[in-house]
Amino acid sequence: MTADIRTRIHEIVAEQAMIDVADVTDASVPADLGVDSMGLVEAIFAIEEAFDIHVPFNANAPDARNFDYSTVGSIVAAVERLVAEQRG
Amino acid sequence: MSRRVVITGAGTINALGSDVPATLAAMREGRSAIGDLDIRDVDRLTIRIGAQVKDYDEGAHFNRQQIALYDRYTQFALLAAGQALAQAGLTFQGELAARSGVILGTSGGGLNTQDENYRAVYEGGKNRVHPFVVPKLMNNAAAAHLSMEYNLKGPSFTVATACASSNHAIGQAFHFVKSGMADVMVTGGAEAMLCFGGVKAWEGLRVMSRDTCRPFCATRSGMVQGEGAGIFVLEEYEHARARGADILAEVAGAAMTSDASDIVMPSRQGAERAMAGALEQAGLNTGDIGYINAHGTGTAANDKIESAAVAHVFGADADRLAISSTKSMHGHCIGATGAIELLACIMALRDGVIAPTANWQEPDPECALDIVPNVARDATVTACLSNAFAFGGMNAVLALKAV
Repeated sequence: MTADIRTRIHEIVAEQAMIDVADVTDASVPADLGVDSMGLVEAIFAIEEAFDIHVPFNANAPDARNFDYSTVGSIVAAVERLVAEQRG
Repeated sequence: MSRRVVITGAGTINALGSDVPATLAAMREGRSAIGDLDIRDVDRLTIRIGAQVKDYDEGAHFNRQQIALYDRYTQFALLAAGQALAQAGLTFQGELAARSGVILGTSGGGLNTQDENYRAVYEGGKNRVHPFVVPKLMNNAAAAHLSMEYNLKGPSFTVATACASSNHAIGQAFHFVKSGMADVMVTGGAEAMLCFGGVKAWEGLRVMSRDTCRPFCATRSGMVQGEGAGIFVLEEYEHARARGADILAEVAGAAMTSDASDIVMPSRQGAERAMAGALEQAGLNTGDIGYINAHGTGTAANDKIESAAVAHVFGADADRLAISSTKSMHGHCIGATGAIELLACIMALRDGVIAPTANWQEPDPECALDIVPNVARDATVTACLSNAFAFGGMNAVLALKAV
């Protein structure tokens, strides 16, 4: 499951950034890949649709600890947690 | 001799009150009308708050035939216009009718009508809709009904610039009267977007608050939608004076700019050019302005950019002016919001009361202006600005003077 989540999130970020998925790593910073604030909102929507989860994210309080998007790896970890919480 | 433009009538319905006195009384109290939404399928929404017009009974105002044609936003426009025209004391016949029109702002138009009828055909599987769906939902319906109700036979149309719609409409009406294209214009905005589809769409942007609207506050959590209408009678000054009309304020300038940069992120330069342009057109200096009704949505993007733009345009005078966001009380009424906010400007000019920024908790260093936190303030204000900076990067700023 974890590998699947990682793969799918790498694909979502790559699609959002319009780059090759091979260029996305867990260490990648979304902003460095060209994902701006609106791109982030769109990527989070794609993640919610892909995993059928709700991601608590408010663009007005992006520093909130409830969804760490500082790197692609932190997004993977956050989604793993949300999937476990929300889909049991 | 250059023509001057004055406001001789004002009307409103919004979550704070069903007329101007009730709305201004609520603003004086710093009372927020934001609360739980009471709409169909609210349990399927993530955002369940808004500044909704509650205890509203359309049947108390309109008959069956009218309701068949009037979407909620049209009803709001007609109710507010009735107050404004009664206050102005104008009737329109002959040459005056031909030289008077309506310019309204709206973003969603008859969105409740669309929502209900899409629900009926898609979710409900119905294959037949009411014959008046199109004339009820169209964005010029409210302006059209005002022209019919008051016999306004000059130029009439609707302006849609999202959250700046009514400022663009009022600015355009101002230019019509000032240029001599019209002698009287009924103008303002109306919006009724608090239906399931309307709120669901806004949820997607992730900019909506789930608790309340706290503009210019370090703990802000986003915007909150409202609904309603604000309608004004703009009249050429000599025309108003000749008939002894009570003049509420002068519209002295209206400037419009486009950021030409991003579909949702505001630009400081676009906002600055609009404020500077309104001042220049009104023949006002930054030191003349005692109050700004801010766009102040309570989003991080707006509040920081707007504060920086005001600081940059006003320089040292920024420390001497009051700026507040009344969206903290009546919500963000989208295409009607500038019109409802103009009431706060009239209150500052006429009554010497500056409406506060409600719900405020703690200072944001990036919004270091006098934002009139929580409590209204007595002040002598002779000139003010009303800001509107919309999605699409379309900005419209109005400059008003006391008369």
